Amino acid sequence: MSFLELNNVSKSFGGHAVLKDVNLSIAKGEFVAIVGFSGAGKTTLMSIIAGLLKPDTGTVKLEGREMGGPGPDRGLVFQNYSLLTWLTVFENVKLAVDQVFPEKSETERAAHATEFIEMVNLAPARDKRPSELSGGMRQRVSVARTLAMQPKVLLCDEPLSALDALTRANLQDEIARIRTLHNQTVVLITNDPDEGIYLADRIIPLTAGPGATLGPSFTVDIPHPRDRKALNHDPHFKQIRRDVIDFLLGSKGARHATVSKKLVLPDLEPEDLSGRAPLIGGRRTAIRRSEIKRETVEVDS
Amino acid sequence: MNESKLKQLDWLLLPLIGFAIVLALWAVSSVTWATNLPSPVKTWESSKVYILEPFAKRGEMDQGILRFTWYSLILVAKGYVLALVIGTPIGFFLGLSKAFTKTFDPIIQILRPVSPLAWLPLGLVLFLSAGKEAGTLGALFTIAICSMWPTVLNTAVGVRSIPQDYLNVAKVLKLSRTKTLFKVLIPATLPYMFTGFRLSLGIAWLVIVAAEMLTGRPGVGGFLWQEYNSLIYEHIILSIVTIGVVGFVLDRLMSVVERRFKTI
Ligand SMILES: Nc1ncnc2c1ncn2[C@@H]1O[C@H](COP(=O)(O)OP(=O)(O)OP(=O)(O)O)[C@@H](O)[C@H]1O
Ligand SMILES: [Mg+2]
Repeated sequence: MSFLELNNVSKSFGGHAVLKDVNLSIAKGEFVAIVGFSGAGKTTLMSIIAGLLKPDTGTVKLEGREMGGPGPDRGLVFQNYSLLTWLTVFENVKLAVDQVFPEKSETERAAHATEFIEMVNLAPARDKRPSELSGGMRQRVSVARTLAMQPKVLLCDEPLSALDALTRANLQDEIARIRTLHNQTVVLITNDPDEGIYLADRIIPLTAGPGATLGPSFTVDIPHPRDRKALNHDPHFKQIRRDVIDFLLGSKGARHATVSKKLVLPDLEPEDLSGRAPLIGGRRTAIRRSEIKRETVEVDS
Repeated sequence: MNESKLKQLDWLLLPLIGFAIVLALWAVSSVTWATNLPSPVKTWESSKVYILEPFAKRGEMDQGILRFTWYSLILVAKGYVLALVIGTPIGFFLGLSKAFTKTFDPIIQILRPVSPLAWLPLGLVLFLSAGKEAGTLGALFTIAICSMWPTVLNTAVGVRSIPQDYLNVAKVLKLSRTKTLFKVLIPATLPYMFTGFRLSLGIAWLVIVAAEMLTGRPGVGGFLWQEYNSLIYEHIILSIVTIGVVGFVLDRLMSVVERRFKTI
């Protein structure tokens, strides 16, 4: 029996079909990577699994039960960290722990939060605010916060996309390690086929939108832990990569596709209103950088 | 002194030059076209007792300037707190509920530009039955209703612009309504709220003078009006300078507090 199951999930925004007939079935303890173009609808798919969005049609089932709203059993690592900037690393993690384990005592909860902060190697930054951390550290806090909830499924939405290559490789290894440690069921979304193949047991391409859907899944038959260097020369690895990329490019066909690309890391600071023009007058809503820096470019494939 | 040293003193020298220019214009005006305007020297001569003995009390309307300022500040503080206590929740409701906004926004937009001079008589009428306290209550009412709008509107903007990410975190964690309010909504809105608080304080201080003038309470504004009626024009200038300086200091203090909350 499958642990997490999506049946004919479709979603459109105002007549614009984003996902169409998505079917997915994941076994307990399995690590599945979904790889797709930017703007294909990966975050939308993840939000649906997490329960933050309602699909227009279709169902999401966890352990055979249909899921309604969001909940801590599906732990989501957000694409843009989404740490609460006014809380320290510890407080961010603790908030999640307090919420998920109300029956534990205060000391137990504090110890639990500390344990997960140590797991992502952030003990020295325990009392720092997110603004004092690097991007990679913030992402690790976000991972720690989610893992501390001990979710049945760990959902990672491009957790490493915003990081530089070196930090990225580091965190990939960390994710692989933690996953083995807990035999955690993971859905990882990524735009990097190599990352998906390196980490996952199975990699599934998401076709380009509009109306994106999941392609065939490719099983990665390489035992864990994997050696990054050796992998590059592994014929099996190369074969899967070729297949996935061919499928993705093929899915776009000869037509032009629009790729919507986020250009800037989301900034979590509120808009500055202290400037010279006081706000007494305006009825405008503040605009955040993260909401406007989205550029649409035409690409030829 | 070389040039770079001069540059370093810019922050002090240039404002001093500014003050000197205004003083000169004032002095020239007082002997040319506005002969009723007391000259700077005359103003100082007549005002120094108020400044040098700032807390003296010689009579109800004859007290040191800081003593008057103190009376005014107390009244402002009361009205201001009232404004924040009423304005902040209204701002939250506006930010959270579209229906609430649609219902009350037009009213707010109509009430907002009404001058304190228009509110005060209404305030006095409202509290007519309070007898001796009517003046104070009317003034408080006026300060509160005039100064709460920046708080209301900035809080509403702050709530509306909470990133969806934060709300998603609250949803995934299944935070209760109260927890969402205190752990997410309020902290995320605080920087905006404090901008509103600062602007509100500025308005409250503007209103106090009008309120004191019309009610004849002891305070900087009341003093100003009384001295105008007794033809001691020097003290009008003294009051104006005091009001300006106090307003400036209040604004600086609030922006220090505001900046503290910006960084979180
Ligand atoms: N709330 C929304 N309202 C309207 N359209 C939306 C909404 N959310 C997403 N979309 C649209 O759905 C499409 C897919 O968006 P989504 O964020 O899922 O892409 P993505 O694959 O996660 O992209 P990226 O790799 O850049 O994160 C985009 O065209 C986007 O404009
Ligand atoms: Mg995305």
